[in-house]
Amino acid sequence: MKRHLISAADLSRGDALLILDTAEELASLADRPIKKLPTLRGRTVVNLFFEDSTRTRISFEAAAKRLSADVINFSAKGSSVAKGESLKDTALTLEAMGADAVVIRHGASGAAHRLAGWVRGSVVNAGDGTHEHPTQALLDAFTIRRRLKGAATRGAGLDGIRVTIVGDVLHSRVARSNVLLLSTLGAEVTLAAPPTLLPLAVDTWPCAVSYDLDSELPKSDVVMMLRVQQERMNAAYFPSVREYSRRYGLDTARMARLPEHAIVMHPGPMNRGVEIAADVADSARSTIVEQVANGVTTRMAVLYLLLGGTEFPEVAQ
Amino acid sequence: MNGDRATWLIKGARVTGPGGQAAADILISDGMIEAIGSGLSDAGARVLDADGLIALPGLVDLHTHLREPGREDAETVETGTRAAALGGFTAVHAMANTEPVADTAGVVEQVWRLGRAAGYCDVQPVGAVTVGLAGSRLAELGAMADSAAGVRVFSDDGRCVADSLLMRRALEYVKAFDGVIAQHAQDARLTEGAQLNEGEISGRLGLAGWPAVAEEAIIARDCLLAAHVGSRLHVCHVSTAGSAEIIRWAKSKGWPVTAEVTPHHLMLTDELAVGYDPVYKVNPPLRTAADVAELRRALADGTIDCVATDHAPHPVEAKETEWQEAAFGMTGLETALRVVQRAMVDTGLLDWAGVADRMSVRPARIGRLTGHGAPVEAGRPAHLTLYDPAAPAEAVSPAGASKSRNTPFAGMELPGRVVATFLRGTPTVLDGKLA
Repeated sequence: MKRHLISAADLSRGDALLILDTAEELASLADRPIKKLPTLRGRTVVNLFFEDSTRTRISFEAAAKRLSADVINFSAKGSSVAKGESLKDTALTLEAMGADAVVIRHGASGAAHRLAGWVRGSVVNAGDGTHEHPTQALLDAFTIRRRLKGAATRGAGLDGIRVTIVGDVLHSRVARSNVLLLSTLGAEVTLAAPPTLLPLAVDTWPCAVSYDLDSELPKSDVVMMLRVQQERMNAAYFPSVREYSRRYGLDTARMARLPEHAIVMHPGPMNRGVEIAADVADSARSTIVEQVANGVTTRMAVLYLLLGGTEFPEVAQ
Repeated sequence: MNGDRATWLIKGARVTGPGGQAAADILISDGMIEAIGSGLSDAGARVLDADGLIALPGLVDLHTHLREPGREDAETVETGTRAAALGGFTAVHAMANTEPVADTAGVVEQVWRLGRAAGYCDVQPVGAVTVGLAGSRLAELGAMADSAAGVRVFSDDGRCVADSLLMRRALEYVKAFDGVIAQHAQDARLTEGAQLNEGEISGRLGLAGWPAVAEEAIIARDCLLAAHVGSRLHVCHVSTAGSAEIIRWAKSKGWPVTAEVTPHHLMLTDELAVGYDPVYKVNPPLRTAADVAELRRALADGTIDCVATDHAPHPVEAKETEWQEAAFGMTGLETALRVVQRAMVDTGLLDWAGVADRMSVRPARIGRLTGHGAPVEAGRPAHLTLYDPAAPAEAVSPAGASKSRNTPFAGMELPGRVVATFLRGTPTVLDGKLA
């Protein structure tokens, strides 16, 4: 594996499977009374969050702490960044403090990439602008594999699984990372969205494209709903939230068109009643809560593998 | 620089002309080319052995940001013109987006005087089209034209004159003094927050796309306006194949439209952005390889009249940031001719007479610069660039005479070397160094 995790494109199929399989091993920890492993003792992980994202930050924080790493949370608000400090100076500060890994969430596409050029430690991209969010894709792949193939699936890819990703692909880092990772793992990905919310050159992506969600649902094993920002209608991406919801929202009637075994995913936070109906979000098909739990184990696997922690024989047994 | 007006005898340079190249001696005296021929001699002259060097008329840049007044941390007239001289330029047009904006006779005269004081090349100020580049009221174009600076090129460069009526009036108004409006063609609504050419790369990188149509639609409108009022339009930094096609069409109608292309748009593509290094962030953005090929073809066939650098210096901190926070722009004066050799001459698209035409003759004509852009012949002002196209390719150093180091060509091996530059018979550069 590379030293950093910035894009899902950094991961070969072998890398991705190693992370998923490691996450499976770590998941067994979650059922134990003591959830903590000593593997990253003495290592420092910095959570560098320029955007508010409590769920992602605490997920990484829990992951690092369960591996016994020291965690420093650095939030841009109220810090020197708010006083105009540049990303480079922040990076040099973290470097001086001896960060072994920096988990960065930033509003600018490419911020993680830039940071990696300025620090010696490993950089984990926890979402950069409208570019990528690779650990989200990993936890999604982990969730899909567990749900559709069961827990005893070490070494298995997602070959032949049909995943439909629905919504604002243009502005979605989750979609970019998922298209790359899921296709690397062998899934057949289809994007379903209004044409305004697809990148112009989406035909160069390793996936199919459809403007018609209803025709895709019966052939989907997984449907992944993306959060749609209601402000998008102000830039004429769609006429109104209601029209968006009617054409691309997942309600109970649409859910009924899915095959029996199909699952419904959402990276959160949800707009209930917009891209996903409350009844769908709370249904048995929904993996939304599971995704949160899987986020911690998947991120543990990423930190463990990037930081080359000591063996954890107690898990291997 | 030695300000002497010594007599110079340049021996054995290859002088480009309509009939190709011929080795000749050039005798310079009193700021003028006194004679050209073989076996010239002058006992009192300083001799420069120019064997193998090409003698081009001094290069003229229609599009330079010298940043003074206001951003002297990025560039000054002195440092910018030093860079220009090293690049073989004897005249540069200084863009108006300074602080304060060059929208009055006072500011353009100040820039013009700073250029005269520096002495490395002639500095011809460009006047703003609208007050403060704000796009709402015409600046006093006549006052700038009548000033000591004698402004003929007007531009809100960095911003587009978006208002169709204002653009029409500006085009019409400058006819009174044979001016030209140099338009920065960019539809603002289509490029809100735009970062990179809209296409495969922008989609992959998650950078807001900058569609080609945002440039092309404005160019099409402006060509129609120029035709309607019979005024001269110059299109700045053409960056797309579609723009070249529209200009070709306008020219085929006989409309008074001219255009420029930058060295970087002749060489670089949006794929360079994959590392998110903002040294590749520029307005208009780097486009695709297909655009580069089409721009080269358009420059070769004369659809695009000239190469202009859009030299845009920025301090280090303006580029050592996240991509979307970084400033737009690249330096270009010191590398322009070498890039043109690589992109146009070494590819067989243009000969050296063509380079003289696109980098000196035509830009001087568009800017109505007297004295510059004349053929290398007796009786002309001695603005000369001596260039060695056979100099082995060397990696470009980011540290040059410019105060800024934001060159996208750093580390790239480019052929050629500017050996000497003469401004009115006085060397500003000798042996590749400032004289």
